[in-house]
Amino acid sequence: MIELHELTKRYGDTLAVDGLSFQVPQGVVTGFLGPNGAGKSTTMRMILDLDRPTSGKVTIDGRRYGQLNEPLKYIGALLEAKAVHPGRTAYDHLLWLAQSNRIPRKRVDEVLALVGLSSVAKKRSRGFSLGMGQRLGIASALLGDPEILMFDEPVNGLDPEGILWIRNLMKGLASEGRTVFVSSHLMSEMALTADHLVVIGQGKLLADLSMADFIKQNSRSAVRIRTPHVEQLLTALHGAGLNAEARPDGSYEIEDGDLAHIGELAAAHGVTLHELSPQQASLEEAFMQMTADSVEYHAGNGEGRDAAGAWGAAWQPRDAAAADPAAGKEN
Amino acid sequence: MASFPAVLQSEWTKIRSVRSTVWTLALTFVITLGIGALLSLLTKNNFSEFAGAGDSPFDATGTAFSGILLGELAIIVFGVLAVGNEYSSGMIRVSLAAVPQRATLLLGKAAVLGALALVVALVTAFTTFFVGQSLLGGHSTTIGSPHVLRAVFGAALYLTMLCLFSAGVTAMLHNQTLALGVLVPFFFLLSPILSAVPKVKTLAHYFPDYAGSRMLLVYEQTDQPYGPWAGFAICLAWTAAAILGGILVLKKRDA
Ligand SMILES: Nc1ncnc2c1ncn2[C@@H]1O[C@H](COP(=O)(O)OP(=O)(O)O)[C@@H](O)[C@H]1O
Ligand SMILES: [Mg+2]
Repeated sequence: MIELHELTKRYGDTLAVDGLSFQVPQGVVTGFLGPNGAGKSTTMRMILDLDRPTSGKVTIDGRRYGQLNEPLKYIGALLEAKAVHPGRTAYDHLLWLAQSNRIPRKRVDEVLALVGLSSVAKKRSRGFSLGMGQRLGIASALLGDPEILMFDEPVNGLDPEGILWIRNLMKGLASEGRTVFVSSHLMSEMALTADHLVVIGQGKLLADLSMADFIKQNSRSAVRIRTPHVEQLLTALHGAGLNAEARPDGSYEIEDGDLAHIGELAAAHGVTLHELSPQQASLEEAFMQMTADSVEYHAGNGEGRDAAGAWGAAWQPRDAAAADPAAGKEN
Repeated sequence: MASFPAVLQSEWTKIRSVRSTVWTLALTFVITLGIGALLSLLTKNNFSEFAGAGDSPFDATGTAFSGILLGELAIIVFGVLAVGNEYSSGMIRVSLAAVPQRATLLLGKAAVLGALALVVALVTAFTTFFVGQSLLGGHSTTIGSPHVLRAVFGAALYLTMLCLFSAGVTAMLHNQTLALGVLVPFFFLLSPILSAVPKVKTLAHYFPDYAGSRMLLVYEQTDQPYGPWAGFAICLAWTAAAILGGILVLKKRDA
């Protein structure tokens, strides 16, 4: 199990990771989600003891990475950048890696077959496509048959086939009881693979909960209406105990409203409706809302704000999650 | 903890599986031997002009090793690339994830690098010596003459230490382009020029290449600041310092 305790990393003036504490649960896929620059890669490098924390600590099975005996047998990692000598063959790359941790040579052939690179094993990796390079990186991670696997943005830049392959691989690894810790800046990607979510923004923990809880908390719906008789309708809604939020485009939204009920209410008060439509915010929007305040470039970028506006002021899952980081841990 | 023999085996696989190893080491051999042979032949054919009316006796060993100043460039490049390609490819992170004991990793690499460089340097030195002597004909010396065997081993040690020194400097700079940009001008311009400038040369005489090359001298020179073994010790100290510096930088830095 990976445990982070008040992990902090500062690069000059940049506070890349800011007091992160969480545990990566065993035997499931945990999505490590955050916008670009949130500190995901930095956190992963600290887990591997590549970058030294400014303060705080991170342990694997209770030990610091450097204390693990032959670490590839505990945790296998695929980091963001391609990290293979272009002039070395795939086979030789895996061979030196295997030898360093006393992993038997036949395992090299096994992982090459597992990722589908057997036919190009003796080719220099210079000519590999992005997808092949990624498969080689995954082969390296699997080499020591580790209980824990860590992938940094593994689907970045891959074609749909490659993405599907990686998704299935991660699910397969978790179904074998392994712990998979995978980062992404896309909620949609995580929704398809992760059982658990850790969300960070600007180096800080924003949420740590199961995917089921995330969906439950965030799949709220709203009814959108547009009418020339605003005053009348708002009064009517108010009379029925409903609250409508004004939107910049002149429409109104009633959270958790019932389509039929609102339609009937309008008819009863003789109000003309130009629009009556159900609104469903996607998980992507919920994620953007959650991280809106922490996105480095949010000024002038309407995207995050719009998503926030879609939910109005009443929607505050971020504070709820931050105030109670234990929420959602029960499963 | 990572086992040292495992690290050695792994580093050996790394080194033998890239082409630059083969061509840099082959060039070391070819350049040292080729230039040495050429100069030996020229010297024999024009002996009266070449050997001059010197105050010091003709050095047949030194003539055979005329190519070493250029040959060392190739083995320096070998040392730089063996360490530097980890940084240029980003592989250093994979290496450190596999062997988090950073001193062990760099010492393992240096041991493999040094052993291979030494073997190639010994083959180069002895071949160059014997080929050079056979081409010098009547002016040649023998391996059994005073100090000659020491000079031939000295040539091999000189090349090996420069290779390891360069590897250490590359680890300190963690960038192979930068390392080449520092080392090549240093050994080919700065050091030779400075060792010819009055006053400054006293300092330049303690540079690793000047010190190491004292081991190749068979006859004492008039202005020699120290003997061959002191030269060896100074060069060895530079090499050890460079590797130690490389270890310290590697340990301290984020990878
Ligand atoms: N080696 C480094 N030196 C300086 N700043 C860095 C370094 N690595 C990351 N950063 C900064 O730290 C922040 C987090 O980066 P990163 O961990 O790469 O985020 P993510 O992987 O979530 O996109 C960014 O602001 C980035 O510019
Ligand atoms: Mg990243």
